[in-house]
Amino acid sequence: MLTILFDGIAYGMLLFILGCGLAVTLGLMNFINLAHGAFAMAGGYIAVWLVNRLGVAFLAALPLTFLFSAALGVIVERSLYVHVYRKSHLQQVLFTIGLVFMSVAAVDFLMGSEQQFIQLPEAFKGQFNLMGVGIGRYRLLIIAICGALTLILQFVLTATRFGSRLRAAVDDARVAQGLGINVGWVFAVTFAVGSGLAGLGGALGTELLGLDPAFPLKYLIYFLIVVAVGGTSSITGPFLAALLLGIADVAGKYYIPSVGAFVIYTIMVVVLIARPHGLFGRVTAR
Amino acid sequence: MLRGQLLTGFGMIAMVAIALSTGPAPAEDSADHAVKIGLILPMTGQQASTGKQINAAVQLFVKQHGAQVAGKTVEVILKDDASLPDNTKRLAQELIVNDRVAVIAGFGITPSALSAAPLATQAKIPEVVMAAGTSVITERSPYIVRTSFTLPQSSVIMADWAAKNGIKKVVTIVSDYAPGIDSENSFRGRFVADGGTIVDAIRVPFQNPDFSPFLQRARDDAPDAVFVFVPSGQGGTFVKQFIERGLSNAGIKFICTGDVTDDDQLNGMGDAVIGTISAGPYTAAHPSQENQSFVTAFKQANGGLRPNFMAVGGYDGMHLIYAALEATKGVSNGDALLAAMKGMAWESPRGPISIDPRTRDIVQNIAIRKVEKRDGELYNVEFETFKDVKDPAKAAMAEKN
Repeated sequence: MLTILFDGIAYGMLLFILGCGLAVTLGLMNFINLAHGAFAMAGGYIAVWLVNRLGVAFLAALPLTFLFSAALGVIVERSLYVHVYRKSHLQQVLFTIGLVFMSVAAVDFLMGSEQQFIQLPEAFKGQFNLMGVGIGRYRLLIIAICGALTLILQFVLTATRFGSRLRAAVDDARVAQGLGINVGWVFAVTFAVGSGLAGLGGALGTELLGLDPAFPLKYLIYFLIVVAVGGTSSITGPFLAALLLGIADVAGKYYIPSVGAFVIYTIMVVVLIARPHGLFGRVTAR
Repeated sequence: MLRGQLLTGFGMIAMVAIALSTGPAPAEDSADHAVKIGLILPMTGQQASTGKQINAAVQLFVKQHGAQVAGKTVEVILKDDASLPDNTKRLAQELIVNDRVAVIAGFGITPSALSAAPLATQAKIPEVVMAAGTSVITERSPYIVRTSFTLPQSSVIMADWAAKNGIKKVVTIVSDYAPGIDSENSFRGRFVADGGTIVDAIRVPFQNPDFSPFLQRARDDAPDAVFVFVPSGQGGTFVKQFIERGLSNAGIKFICTGDVTDDDQLNGMGDAVIGTISAGPYTAAHPSQENQSFVTAFKQANGGLRPNFMAVGGYDGMHLIYAALEATKGVSNGDALLAAMKGMAWESPRGPISIDPRTRDIVQNIAIRKVEKRDGELYNVEFETFKDVKDPAKAAMAEKN
């Protein structure tokens, strides 16, 4: 049973890294970026290309993936998204979904439709036994990396000036602008970091979730669930929500395989009925 | 105001005229000289590898045998349904009504084949199933002929072999859709009849599969072996996670149908799969002259890509259509073609095959294979062959009647 808990935590942390960028941009910019998964997919494919074709070491490829996806985020945001910030949510949804379809088709054309497998170094393959619990090496790595990132993010958010500017802008962008905070610049940096994290999550997730051109569409629902259940006013919300969902999903599939895949949706429905702003959400001024 | 309306009116008339003039060709042209084949395959989406393999095999066949059959020109029209049955139905309808195809073929997954069945019946044209593997497909329309395989064919043979080779307790893991359930039921029926026990029957979701929790559960059940079916294209992911979970270290054997050790993905799975036992209708290492020339030609035309059991289903499907056209001397009437297809037998790259005239399903040899390394590549190497295996579900019904 502890193995299931361990697996669930690994899965949950991966979901968190993938989804936290979406939570922050939704909370900060009130911008529904359904194309978030496309950045994750881009990160995954870059990692596959770096590790499989260019022979870069897996651990070295991860920061490169982050930088690449962040750069991609900056380019896309400055060129495309700025035009859609002021539009209604429906138009933002249509716009970003259109981007998703374009990215799916582009990747299908460039890289083919097959499942991509990343060649992991031997050190990360297999399991070892620790006090009766089967610990997968790769999952341990995921927990380590995602845990470290979460701590860094939380530190930046709570203990740095940029973090307080970000929190101010999330709570009330107009007042923050009035106080002299350059909200546009905060947007851009946050979006870049969010996309970078998505890319990193995509690279880490290739081994667990699989990678093919349909990735953004397949996993969009999971990112949205993490954001909906966790709320958008902090990152501890999505973090705990992702853990809850990861563990529930894995445990559900293990104990009741026939309905295991529905557990995650049931939880989402129950949480949203009880607390519409998410488990840890606060109503923020717009 | 009036001028604007006039211009709009003329513009619309012009557009309609252009649209009509580029519309479908009149029936007389196609019936006389060309026989069109509507090939509906998943070229994008989850099952894209299936579509790619079959399309490559179909093109190879046409290249090798030419486009002229019995005085007619054969034209293959390829459409992508992305494995969505709604698309398949719409595309089949367009092909039948607009393009006036004589045969519809392809169908990467069972739901696609089933969705086109009523159209084949209504239009009275043969539906050649080159990929889908559920037993009941051929019963959905009297016009369906299959050149691929059925899951029970392989599963039942695997059950027999497992029972004879000291495997007593099995956990079955299958994808939760029609072929998976077919496979689970036929394996269980034969294995229990041979004296074995099924400890647990696990079904994994067909879409977005994450096998880890299910594999963990299988491991905790501690069986002698795990019997697996997942569709072509998911095998690689499954095997990776099987190894990562440490099931082979726990002494659990891995037996499966040929879909898992798919030739398409086998090389990418790494040395850890060496020794895996599977039962299937085709392997690229099948030691026959036919197969060796097929594999060489396929690799040459497709940049070194190895053909898999889906490709051979497509290749044989084309052979069936060509042979039927020759038998009817070029008459492309649906009933005539269907009558010619029933009972046809020939030597395929996979071995000798035939179409059962009563069920319109394929009868073929099923081999037990083991994964071995040859010339630095991984292949399924046959070591035991069961001849002329009919689909067990329908064969059992025939025996009763």
